[in-house]
Amino acid sequence: MNGVEIKNISKSFKETKALNDVSISFEQDKIYGLLGRNGAGKSTLLNIITNRLNADRGEVLIDGVSAWENSDAQRKIYMMSEKVLYPENMNGEAALKWSREFYPDFDMDYARKLANDFGLDLKKKVRSLSTGYVSIYKIIIALSVNTPYVFFDEPVLGLDANHRELFYKRLIEKYSENPFTVVLSTHLIEEIASIIEEIIIIQNGEIIQNDSCEHLLSQGYTVSGSASEVDKFIEGMEVIGIDTLGGLKSATVMGKIEASSVPDGIEIGKLDLQKLFIKLTNEQE
Amino acid sequence: MQISFEDEKPIFIQIAEGIEDAILTGAYVEEGQIPSITEFSVNFKINPATALKGINLLVEEGIIFKKRGVGMFVQKGAVEQLKNKRKEQFFDHYVKNLIEEAKKLRISSQEILRMVERGFDE
Repeated sequence: MNGVEIKNISKSFKETKALNDVSISFEQDKIYGLLGRNGAGKSTLLNIITNRLNADRGEVLIDGVSAWENSDAQRKIYMMSEKVLYPENMNGEAALKWSREFYPDFDMDYARKLANDFGLDLKKKVRSLSTGYVSIYKIIIALSVNTPYVFFDEPVLGLDANHRELFYKRLIEKYSENPFTVVLSTHLIEEIASIIEEIIIIQNGEIIQNDSCEHLLSQGYTVSGSASEVDKFIEGMEVIGIDTLGGLKSATVMGKIEASSVPDGIEIGKLDLQKLFIKLTNEQE
Repeated sequence: MQISFEDEKPIFIQIAEGIEDAILTGAYVEEGQIPSITEFSVNFKINPATALKGINLLVEEGIIFKKRGVGMFVQKGAVEQLKNKRKEQFFDHYVKNLIEEAKKLRISSQEILRMVERGFDE
């Protein structure tokens, strides 16, 4: 099967279980959101996929072939990670050329064009760049490698609003013209909500949601109105969160609501991905 | 054309309605080319599959047609077709609700007509 398949992966660090029997797959040419709170296990999972960590149990298959110590399989993947792994004195231009050595389909002209769009000076040493420009530098490589699978781990770290916008636009443009598998792991959920097609939520080393974005958001509603009306209406429903502001109440409920059963004074709204994420991953119940 | 992520309507419906509006106002002319899926999705920062879903609604209705390898165009007669469709929707959305509310308030049809005329004059 084409795609990246993660099968029954477990990983512990000393006493801590970082991943517990995780199985998911990233299909060809889809955009995924990989979401989780700090320490949920996202980076551990990404590091296992790219051979930077060895799993205790389970396996990762890339296009049906084991990814472990398999450089042909690894060349199909590009991981934009948090760490900068370039030598001290290497400037931007030299580092791009180095990327081309490893990824044969690397598009040098496109990379230079992106550097220009983002205002990145390729003569500067990579190690001397600010946090934002380090992110930009890594974004440029990730968008130019032309591998079938590209993972973005916190791609917009330190980027201002203009550069974030530019990144999302270039990503969509690239994907639309030449589809590839995109996995976005980020804390800025709202910004990617309309871009991702599939959503995976990881919590305490386990997958708690793995669904299409559209389907997940159709699984529930927000119910708002005066506190007493809302309480009456949501009785017996699966309520996953409640916000109150003075006498107003807004409840997040899962399940179907018959339009005809909604009384005056109660307003039904659609679920918002960020709110749903917060409710699903909030442990201080 | 604007897309609101707060709107209750799904994004693909908003895309379809946005294109309809642009055709009705003459921004996109009959037999003229409309932007590509890539342009729509980049502009609104949405997944291309969502843009495609919205445009396909219009293709099914015969408002938009695709020329392979060239692009997407507004069908001849699209404006008239859209006007008729919007008139039907106008009746369903506005007139039916108006009458329902009027019945609650015991406003007669004569009175409604006078109000409508007043509205036009203002």
